[in-house]
Amino acid sequence: MADNKPHIIVKDLTMAFGSFVVQRNLSFTINRSDIFIIMGGSGCGKSTLMRHMIGLIRPAKGQIFYENVSFWEANPDQRDRIIRKVGVLYQSGALWSSMTLAENIALPLQQYTNLKPGQIKELVALKLALVGLAGFDDYYPSEISGGMQKRAGLARAMAMDPEILFFDEPSAGLDPISARLLDDLILELRESLGATVVIVTHELASIFTIGNNSVFIDADAKTMIAQGDPKKLLAESKNPVVHKFLTRGEG
Amino acid sequence: MPNSKPKVVEKSTPGKTANISFEQPAEEILHVILKGAWTINAQLPPADEVEKRLVATGGVRRIGFKTDGISDWDSALLTFLLKVADVCSKRDIDFEKNGLPEGVARLLALATAVAERKGARKKTVREPFLNRVGESAIGWWLSINETLAFVGEAAIALLKFAAGKASFRRQDLVLFIQQCGADALPIVTLISLLVGLILAFVGAVQLMMFGAQLYVANLVGISMVRVMGAVMAGIVMAGRTGAAFAAQLGTMQVNEEIDALKTMGISPMEFLVLPRMLALVLMMPLLCIYADLMGVLGGLIVGVGMLDIGLIQYINQTRAALNISFFLIGIIQAGIFGVLVALAGCLRGMQCGRSASAVGQATTSAVVTSIVAIIVATGIVTVVCNVLGI
Repeated sequence: MADNKPHIIVKDLTMAFGSFVVQRNLSFTINRSDIFIIMGGSGCGKSTLMRHMIGLIRPAKGQIFYENVSFWEANPDQRDRIIRKVGVLYQSGALWSSMTLAENIALPLQQYTNLKPGQIKELVALKLALVGLAGFDDYYPSEISGGMQKRAGLARAMAMDPEILFFDEPSAGLDPISARLLDDLILELRESLGATVVIVTHELASIFTIGNNSVFIDADAKTMIAQGDPKKLLAESKNPVVHKFLTRGEG
Repeated sequence: MPNSKPKVVEKSTPGKTANISFEQPAEEILHVILKGAWTINAQLPPADEVEKRLVATGGVRRIGFKTDGISDWDSALLTFLLKVADVCSKRDIDFEKNGLPEGVARLLALATAVAERKGARKKTVREPFLNRVGESAIGWWLSINETLAFVGEAAIALLKFAAGKASFRRQDLVLFIQQCGADALPIVTLISLLVGLILAFVGAVQLMMFGAQLYVANLVGISMVRVMGAVMAGIVMAGRTGAAFAAQLGTMQVNEEIDALKTMGISPMEFLVLPRMLALVLMMPLLCIYADLMGVLGGLIVGVGMLDIGLIQYINQTRAALNISFFLIGIIQAGIFGVLVALAGCLRGMQCGRSASAVGQATTSAVVTSIVAIIVATGIVTVVCNVLGI
């Protein structure tokens, strides 16, 4: 299924808050149907990179191309179209707390489609069933556990059948089994939907089981210091920082 | 294999359609043939088509699919198939996934992998009227209890403070004093000055009818100093500081910060509520004096500028009209309002639930509670003063 056409290209990206540069000279390519890992130590700007890619922060310099359209140079209409093909799972779910799970998932469908309420209800039930939350339609986010909130967040991210899914620390705060199940779910969805998946994480288990491409960004170097298949990086990387990270400092 | 990339849904509906047809190679086998674009923005055939067919033919034991004609699919196809699967399981018919596109079959398996947890679905039962009356009465009683307990705890914290044993950070107190004192001056200036102006205007129209314009000074002076200065400062602080207290404490509640204090053995009442209450109680009388002054200045502007009363004359008239007891009543009221606003803000903040909307509710209800309390307290003070003949 993996046709290796580039889907997202990050070119010469510099991220900065005012005069404080977080990362510079980031250039990498994410292919269609990749499971792409953005990794690096805490505080190196992984989540910030993701926020640049999903259009929340404007880059200080450089471009982000979605299928050859430069996101930050596109007109608002094009940008809207790109954003609608993207689903995002935020670190703590970011479910709207004043809405039930069903309403959370239904909101984008109501906004962007002409579906009848009955059809929306069916779609919502389907998405919840896909993440193993069948029957929890009428619950508020505060009434379910953290792991369930994450899965509900995933259901919401998938509401519009996105081509690209972004995950910010999907397994943070989950027990190993739930984290594993979430990884399996991500793999399964990628296989069935053919979606491109971008994951921000420092969870080694997930990095090796699901990732097939990656970029490693470093806080001290303020740029990327490695890229490629994480398993290959583990075997071949000569960079001591990358090696230490991938072996939990034991290698 | 058909293109399995789900397409993004646009608001407009292009003329895409999905078709369904049937063939029955044997009596007990039904093949469902799906063609076209099975996407959410396409025209889909009605969902009960398959069931109708089953009813019409009868005797079908197995359903298979032929999907070579599908050009495009997304969740719409899945919901359709789930409905068919549902019908099949009800009628005890085999549902064969073999003919489906690979991704579809996998997603279907995923969607049915975790059975709905028993009892998870919420039942919306409408309670009988009497039950609801009873419940809200009990709720009301509980909230009164909670409020009284909170006031009691606050009083204890205050006693501890008086004994010098309360634990809070001095710099917090200083910060709150700045926030509810100096930072509030511009808005208090504006409101009190305007209230003074308005009182003078309304009064002047009446007093001019019998040539007693000079008594505008009495009217404005007495009403500002005795009641309006304190009330206006109180209402401004309710909207400004009371709401801020509720939002701060509410957000801390959402972030589990208050729990963190408790587990460290620090009383949130002393650490969070006490400095806020002290700051407001200390600052309110000062704000009240300032508001009095501004109100009188507002009256003076109208008196001198429009009613041709001399500046010195207006000031002397005001001084003659006022006495120290009016002034003290106003200041004491302001102190009471400070306690009420701080208590209402902190109480609602501490009672806040654990969601963003709960913080909004806490803030709203803090402002409403403070303003109601201020008006009721003003009424009580006025009646008491009247009875005592002050």
